[in-house]
Amino acid sequence: MAKLTFDFKKNWWKLIAVILVFYTVIGGFLIKVPRIAIVQESVRNQFFHVSMWFSMMILLTTSLLFSIRYLAKSKMKYDGIAEEFAYMGIILGILGLATGSIWARFTWGAWWVNDAKLNGAAICMLIYLAYVILRNSIEDEIQRARISAVYNIFAWSTLLPLLYILPRLTDSLHPGSGGNPGFNIYDLDNNLRLVFYPSIIGWTLLGIWIIQLRVRVKEIKSKLEDIS
Amino acid sequence: MLLKEIKTLILQETIIEWRLRYAINGILLYLVSVIFISYLSFRSQVSSLNPVIWNTLFWIIILFTAVNAVTKSFIQLNRGRLIYYYSIANPAAIILSKVIYNTILLIGIGFTGLMMYSLVLGNPIDDLLLFMVNLILGSAGFAGVLTMNSGIASKAANSTTLMAVLSFPVILPLLLIIIRISKNALEGLDWSASYGPIIYLCAIDIIVITISTILFPYIWRS
Repeated sequence: MAKLTFDFKKNWWKLIAVILVFYTVIGGFLIKVPRIAIVQESVRNQFFHVSMWFSMMILLTTSLLFSIRYLAKSKMKYDGIAEEFAYMGIILGILGLATGSIWARFTWGAWWVNDAKLNGAAICMLIYLAYVILRNSIEDEIQRARISAVYNIFAWSTLLPLLYILPRLTDSLHPGSGGNPGFNIYDLDNNLRLVFYPSIIGWTLLGIWIIQLRVRVKEIKSKLEDIS
Repeated sequence: MLLKEIKTLILQETIIEWRLRYAINGILLYLVSVIFISYLSFRSQVSSLNPVIWNTLFWIIILFTAVNAVTKSFIQLNRGRLIYYYSIANPAAIILSKVIYNTILLIGIGFTGLMMYSLVLGNPIDDLLLFMVNLILGSAGFAGVLTMNSGIASKAANSTTLMAVLSFPVILPLLLIIIRISKNALEGLDWSASYGPIIYLCAIDIIVITISTILFPYIWRS
């Protein structure tokens, strides 16, 4: 029987991921939050919704970097990693949409409102779902890797204006813009920061852990295919 | 050298298009039919058509026609010609010539569409010059995104559906800015109100065309 061991030197970051996620969930609900008009107690959603979106952006950008590396080096390994980073980004994005939607139901009174930021988020998800469909519709492995890397880079660079320019052109209902109270630098008090920054790191590390496992499974599968 | 190559390719594309007129005629007929369908569907309210609806409908018609017109750039290219291009031309010259050709094509479609559309559904445009500038910049952006996506989709199975699935989300930011500028043109707002969006539109055009030129060689090689 194999002995269950924990290699601390190699896996310390997984421990941090677990601690930070627990810290986010427990601390996020118990910590004293400042009273902000309209938002009130629901400001706690910042530890879930906002930080999930932050870590989604981190993961999607990492996926982009691996796609660029794939095009430069043509190693299949990079393509697999880029794919898994994009998938995990999609999952975090959907979780972010869901938490945002629940928050909107209780703060604005509707599950979905017509707003530049919300629509940007939805379009972002559509783009990456299109990436998944593109991957599935190409048979040849090398072709798939190259074409989807190209689409990944292309889509990411058109995503930037969508997420950072368009919302600035319109007034938004979303906290942090258009004079609404929210999560900008002036409202972010020290108590919020205490949980907010760790929560971003926590979600990102958890995502990377899942990605690592999935990449390993994929490698094992491809090795098994080679043998048989 | 590159410029000369691009010029030759555009010229050659135009000549082929002229000889096989059915493709361009098909697109024009598509445009006219869609406009006529919208006219008939709005029949009772044509005289009191809201400018917002007029604007949105116009751009959606142009978007769908553009997708149909540009799809053929790579998807309908037969294998022999693909290999022929591959052996004689520089990939950057190919994508740039296609983008420029499609931009001109889309500007043509836009103008024809605008004429037909105003004929049947009225013309509430107040600032025609701004509308035209918007149409030209928008066509360049559409051509950039759609040509690149046509190249990507041509490598996959089920490419016609894929073309729409890949292009629509990527083209949406562009479309939103275009509709905004066009709304300003309809209401005859001062140009200073549109400078911001116009600069963003130019920036997106430049980003899209640059990225396409950099990435296209990777698609081309496979």
